[in-house]
Order: sequence, then structure tokens, then C-alpha cells
Amino acid sequence: MTRTMLLVGTSKGAFILDGDADRASWSIRGPLCEGWPIHDLQWDPATRSIYAGGGSIWYGPAVFRSDDLGETWSHSSEGLTYGDDGPKVPTVWNVTPAHGAIFAGVEPAGLFRSDDGGANWSHVAGLREHPSRPGWQPGAGGLICHTIVPHPSDAEKMWVAISAVGTFATEDGGTTWEARNRGVLACFAPDPYPETGQCVHKLVMAAGQPDRFYQQNHCGVFRSTDGTQSWEDVSKGLSSEFGFVFGAHPRDPNTGWVIPLSHPEEGRFAPGGSLAVWRTRDGADSWERHGDGLPQQDAFVGVYREALAVDRLDPVGIFFGTSTGQLYGSTDEGERWTRLAENLPPIWGVEAVALD
Amino acid sequence: MATVILPRSLVSLIPGTQRSTDVEAATVAEAIDRLDEQTPGIRNRLIDAGPMIRQHINVYVDSQPAALDTPIGPNSTVHIIPAVSGG
Repeated sequence: MTRTMLLVGTSKGAFILDGDADRASWSIRGPLCEGWPIHDLQWDPATRSIYAGGGSIWYGPAVFRSDDLGETWSHSSEGLTYGDDGPKVPTVWNVTPAHGAIFAGVEPAGLFRSDDGGANWSHVAGLREHPSRPGWQPGAGGLICHTIVPHPSDAEKMWVAISAVGTFATEDGGTTWEARNRGVLACFAPDPYPETGQCVHKLVMAAGQPDRFYQQNHCGVFRSTDGTQSWEDVSKGLSSEFGFVFGAHPRDPNTGWVIPLSHPEEGRFAPGGSLAVWRTRDGADSWERHGDGLPQQDAFVGVYREALAVDRLDPVGIFFGTSTGQLYGSTDEGERWTRLAENLPPIWGVEAVALD
Repeated sequence: MATVILPRSLVSLIPGTQRSTDVEAATVAEAIDRLDEQTPGIRNRLIDAGPMIRQHINVYVDSQPAALDTPIGPNSTVHIIPAVSGG
């Protein structure tokens, strides 16, 4: 029997929601990770471990690890540093297992890897050696490496997303990186199409198509069909070009979900106080709005970049958390929604794990 | 031997630590090194790049604000206290 476990990162610790086989009943465990602010949790199917990335205002950055479904945790920041002469690292924004290693994206923007399950970390220096780095500028959340997308079969290839700098790709295991922002609008900049300086919010690879990507950006939703060499705006039809999340279907490369939010200078909440998830079934050529079960008035909530997840069941379950601590889920690919929790701390990250 | 008083949150975070620990050390940095030898990882939680004491950690030697190079006497008491912050 398969059940879904939701890993939830919040401003005051991690939480785990254990679901039943029907994804209809949920119980909450937490706060975990000592109540630390946790941006991102990920599941490593190879080791059945949970990784959680975050940082304490007092004690600095850390990646937590649990090998028993969240009952006990260890943590480390050994090597999560740019050295005594470099900038201080306050927090981890992303943890991603790939090809036997664990990768961590941190603030200020940079990439680290661990080859011993998170106990020791080494800097993937090539990313910060990119010639554009002196001009990197932070977004509202800071100068952060918040998304890591490994190639599913080629360990030499990887993409990262940095706010407010853009997407970068490596094809040599992280030694060198190339900016991949052609066609991505920087609507807030004097030059609207610079090489770097775009504010990418979330980057995802389409299922089974390593050359097809989607990104939710400060200035719209964009699609690439050539491995991020170029992008086109596919925001048409959405209620707002602004948002943070993009959820990709685990099997259908043409299906995905976004949650538009109001203009970045007008609140960044559900437009008009009416919360909805928008779905595409045709590769982002068109979008359909789904608000059934979600609050349709007076819901001035936001949804942060890591706070939407999809599971791998059929039909796919989609889960998202809000900036004010509500957690919603759908088990019919986003048409009808149910509130799973309503009084969590501000939710920063959600991950869905299907456990056999 | 100097006595180091750790905050409850740090004792909870790092298994094997105690609220009060006696160490042989001539400076705050040495005291933290001694603690790290007993319970690896504690140095990373208290010392940032520089090296320097993390921005929001306060260290006092005999009730006086201290830095890593502050001397410690054989009967000193070292308090390590998270800065007061809210939210």
C-alpha cells in the first residue's frame, strides 16, 4: 500500500504530515529540526533519507538529515562556508539529492555538494567564478541559490536558479557554468533582456524531456524546449504574470501548475483575495483556473517558491502551503482542493513523498 | 578550570553537551575548541567566517562582553547566550 508523506518547511521548524492510502486523512508531527527556520525538505529515494535545509539566526546554516522518516535528526554545516575571507553563509535554501551526492543552494548565492550524506560539504566554486558574479543583485528574499535541477541520467549536467540573477547550467559537473536567460524578461531593469539579472523564482524540468523546462519568474511564466538555451513567455491567460511556484507533472511533460499572485508592488497575494491554482495541459499554451475548495474571498495569502509539491501517484496529488500557515491538497490533479492544516507557521517549502 | 555555560537551545541541538562544562583554556577561542573536541560540531554553531563569534551570539567572560581572543582565568565563568530577538 502506498501512502503520501508531506514534508513541510516553515519559519519555525519542519513538520511532517502523514497521510493514509487515500490521501484523505492526515496527522501532523512537529515542530522538527529544533524549530529552526527550514526553507526546503527533500526525500532521497536511494537512501530513504529526508534532508532539510535552513538556518538559525543564532547558529548559522545547516542541513538536517533523518534516516527514520523524521523521528530523529542529525545536522551539519561542516564546509558550508566560503572561507574566512569570504561572505558569511546565513542559511541553506535548497537541498537536492542527485547521482549519489547531495547538493545545497545557499545565501549568498552559491552551490555546495556533499559526497558523504551531508556530513561534510565542499564548495562548487565554478558557479561563483562566473564572470557575471560581481554584478549579482539580490531579490526581495536575498541573493539566493534556491533551485537545483539535476539531469536525470547525466551527472555532469545540472541547472541552478538564482534570484535575482537567473538560470545557469553546467555540462562539466560544475566546473564551468553558462547563463541561460535568453528570452527571459527582466521587466524591472533598464535593459529588459540582459544576459543575467533576471528574477527567476522556480525552475523545473518536464517529465521525461530533459530539454523542456518551465520557470515561474518575477515577470512571467516562461518555457524552454532547447535545454534552457532560449525561452519564450507563456504567461498569456494567467490572472497575473507574478508568482513563485511551478509544479511539474511527474509523467506528463505538458501538464503543470502555477499559483499567480498579485503584482509584486501590490501585495504579492492571491489576486483579489481569491485563491486559485492554474493548470496547463498543453505545455503552457493555455491555462485553466481551479479554485474549488480554496477560499474565494478575503484570502490575502501568498505562496512561496518552494511551497508547492506533486506526488507520483495516479491521479497526481498536488499540495501547497501559504505564507500564513494553511496547507491545501488536491488528489485529482488540481481540480478540487481540501484544507489539510490551517494553523502552521508561515510555510516556506512543501515536498510530497510516496512511501511504499 | 574555567566554567562554560551553554544556552539550552545549543544543548538541545548537539547531543552530549551540557549546560555547564569545565575546560582548561586561556582564551574564549580555546574554550570553544575544547568544547568542540568533546562534542564535534559545536564550534561551527558558535563561530562564523573570519573567524569571529556569530553575529547573534553573545559571549561574556566574568560578566564582561568578550571576543574570541579574550583571556580566560582559571576561575572564570564564560556565558554563551543567544542574542534576544523576536518574531
